[in-house]
Amino acid sequence: MYGTGIIKGMWVTLRHLIDTYLVDGRRFPRRYNKEVLALEQSPQARGIFTVQYPDERLPKPERFRYFPFLLLDTQKGELRCTACGICAKVCPPQCIWITRAKTPEGKPQPKPAEFTIDLSVCMGCGLCAEFCPFDSIKMDHNYEISTRERLQTLLYDKEKLTRPDTYYAEGWPIAWAEEEATRRKK
Amino acid sequence: MSIATPNPAATTTVTRDIGRLQEAVPGAIVAAEPSGLVIAPDRLVEVGSFLRDDPALLYDYLSMVTSVDYPDRFELVYYLYSMVRHAGPIVLKVQADKADPVVPSLVPVWAGADLQEREVYDMMGVRFSGHPNLKRLLMWDGFAGFPLRKDYREPFFEEPAKPFASRWPEGKYVRAEERAPYKDNVQYPAGFDPQSYTPPPDVPIVPSSEMEGLKTQPLVVNMGPQHPSTHGVFRMRAVLDGERVLALEPIIGYMHRNHEKIGERTPYMGIIPYTDRLDYITSMTNNLAYVLTVEKLLGIKPPERAEYIRVIMSELTRLVNHFVLIGFLFNDLGTFFTPALYGLEERELILDLFEMASGSRMMCNYMRFGGVAQDLPDGFIERARELTQDRLPKILDQFEVYLNSNEIFQMRSIGVGVLPPAAAINYSITGPMLRASGVKYDIRRAEPYSIYDRFDFDIPVGTNGDVYDRYVVRLAEMRQSGRILEQALAQIPAGEIQAGKKAWSVRPPKGEAYARIEGPKGELGFYVVSDGSATPYRYHIRPPSLVNLTPLGEMCQGYKVADTVVIFGSIDITLGEVDR
Repeated sequence: MYGTGIIKGMWVTLRHLIDTYLVDGRRFPRRYNKEVLALEQSPQARGIFTVQYPDERLPKPERFRYFPFLLLDTQKGELRCTACGICAKVCPPQCIWITRAKTPEGKPQPKPAEFTIDLSVCMGCGLCAEFCPFDSIKMDHNYEISTRERLQTLLYDKEKLTRPDTYYAEGWPIAWAEEEATRRKK
Repeated sequence: MSIATPNPAATTTVTRDIGRLQEAVPGAIVAAEPSGLVIAPDRLVEVGSFLRDDPALLYDYLSMVTSVDYPDRFELVYYLYSMVRHAGPIVLKVQADKADPVVPSLVPVWAGADLQEREVYDMMGVRFSGHPNLKRLLMWDGFAGFPLRKDYREPFFEEPAKPFASRWPEGKYVRAEERAPYKDNVQYPAGFDPQSYTPPPDVPIVPSSEMEGLKTQPLVVNMGPQHPSTHGVFRMRAVLDGERVLALEPIIGYMHRNHEKIGERTPYMGIIPYTDRLDYITSMTNNLAYVLTVEKLLGIKPPERAEYIRVIMSELTRLVNHFVLIGFLFNDLGTFFTPALYGLEERELILDLFEMASGSRMMCNYMRFGGVAQDLPDGFIERARELTQDRLPKILDQFEVYLNSNEIFQMRSIGVGVLPPAAAINYSITGPMLRASGVKYDIRRAEPYSIYDRFDFDIPVGTNGDVYDRYVVRLAEMRQSGRILEQALAQIPAGEIQAGKKAWSVRPPKGEAYARIEGPKGELGFYVVSDGSATPYRYHIRPPSLVNLTPLGEMCQGYKVADTVVIFGSIDITLGEVDR
């Protein structure tokens, strides 16, 4: 019969609509809770599974990468970076600048005097973190860094880029454990 | 230097075919180099027609046209395959004079050469005699210079190759705008005045026979570049008789960023994240095609586990692409956003998997030369299996119930935008669009790359080659992707994911390579010429989106304006890849 195709299609959308309300029922009495969010983002999801950002946020997998940061070795109290410059060379848009530190006599030292990343140019590819031989540059999870001005506030210098290694150990437990194991082996 | 094709049987077939060509067209081959046959320019059309028409050869498919700017010559490169015999490639090369490069056009033999030759003309300045519509394709008409020539300096040019010395050692931060000695480097031709500039005349407007005797005239309508139906910045210049399309021409280049030039100054490894941004819906397959090309040059093979991971990621990407395409095709039809959001929901779940493995949902940057960036995380396989084996079939059933038998959709799509099989091959169409026209050609079968020869899957084909078939073929292809994923997820072995040591800088030996894959949109190929340095000498992409656009004008002729939107939507393009 003419029009049955449309009616069958409408049935699919109707089921979606009903599903959306059934799933929403699970959000009673607490609107934002992690269990329902995890279920709604899984292959069992039904209905609409929009996330009400910023009231709730999608869980980030450990490997999620945004922009780079530098690791501070809290035991030694200094950056892990040795200013070898591999990150600056491998960076596709070339947004990393490094100046190597020097002793007062002018002898180069294995640490950076300046380390600048222009985040307005960075494309977040993660090659710097992947190829750093000293595990000193890592990709951050924090994606809420929008600003009103492009040229100065997105230009991150050494101070703005540095995070303690405890921050890394907390947010990236699997990678941290792996890296610690390889370091101990050496 | 040439790179050995993986299949020795295919190589012998090609050698035999070349022998036959030498007998039949004597004197046309100037030199038979291992990387290709150098043809005398004035015999090119003759050689092309012979290769296409000879019943024993039937090289009916012109896959790629590009050019290389060598210090002493321009070299045009043509890759020919046989869709009927699954043979190939025969590589033709034509050398052109450096001062005044002119080469005969192959458009009379293969209509698929049209946009590709225009691109070569635009970017490299090689003119094609006999081309019916030789104008700039990507750059604007008043632009001076040819951006892919080696002597061209792009805006903010610093050095010919990265890494730029200003960064390391002892680099001090300078803003990009102040950094470059060449500044923005915008050039105009001598005597050019933007105010008085008039663009060259377009194709003449011919009134249709029905308009005779009426006080009327054809109307030129520009759809785009900002139009919701064009999925990006794309313009269709349509000549209309009332609602009916008399002629239509795609106009592109609004998002051109000279990706190939960027590639030629970036080290091999650094190009991988740039390929993500070509067709940003299918970044995993873009990575794969590029990595396969460089692996051909390097002569390495990834370990088993990495091969399986690549197949899993490619097939998931195909699912993502087809979900998005089907969704937005229905947007074009007027089912505003309900099917699109149903498709996007599934896409989100697959992107979750990409994010788990690679760290990014769209800009994955996951493949590496001889492997993949990281091993699959815990729980990936289980989740992928749950998604593709338990959920996907139900969702596809639901899509079928929802859309296939919808009468409005059928009326709008059956018999609309028909592309007959012979024309599709001649236009170099690939991918689901070709198979919808009834040509059973899939590179995963015709020239298996990676480990696709191990999997059991069917190649769905259509019968009419209309918009409806293109939709149905894609839906059927998703089921086959599900089958491949089922096998790959079950068979994936444990082990290494990287052949040898992962290096941040690779220097492939001198030579050239072309690798192609069956991307979700069609044949995605990368052509890389290496001169032994850390950056490619020539880096070219054969984009399925651009080549599939070639017959748009012909397919739209005679249909209503509303149909052009649907026909265009069914081609499945991403402007990031069309314009590069």
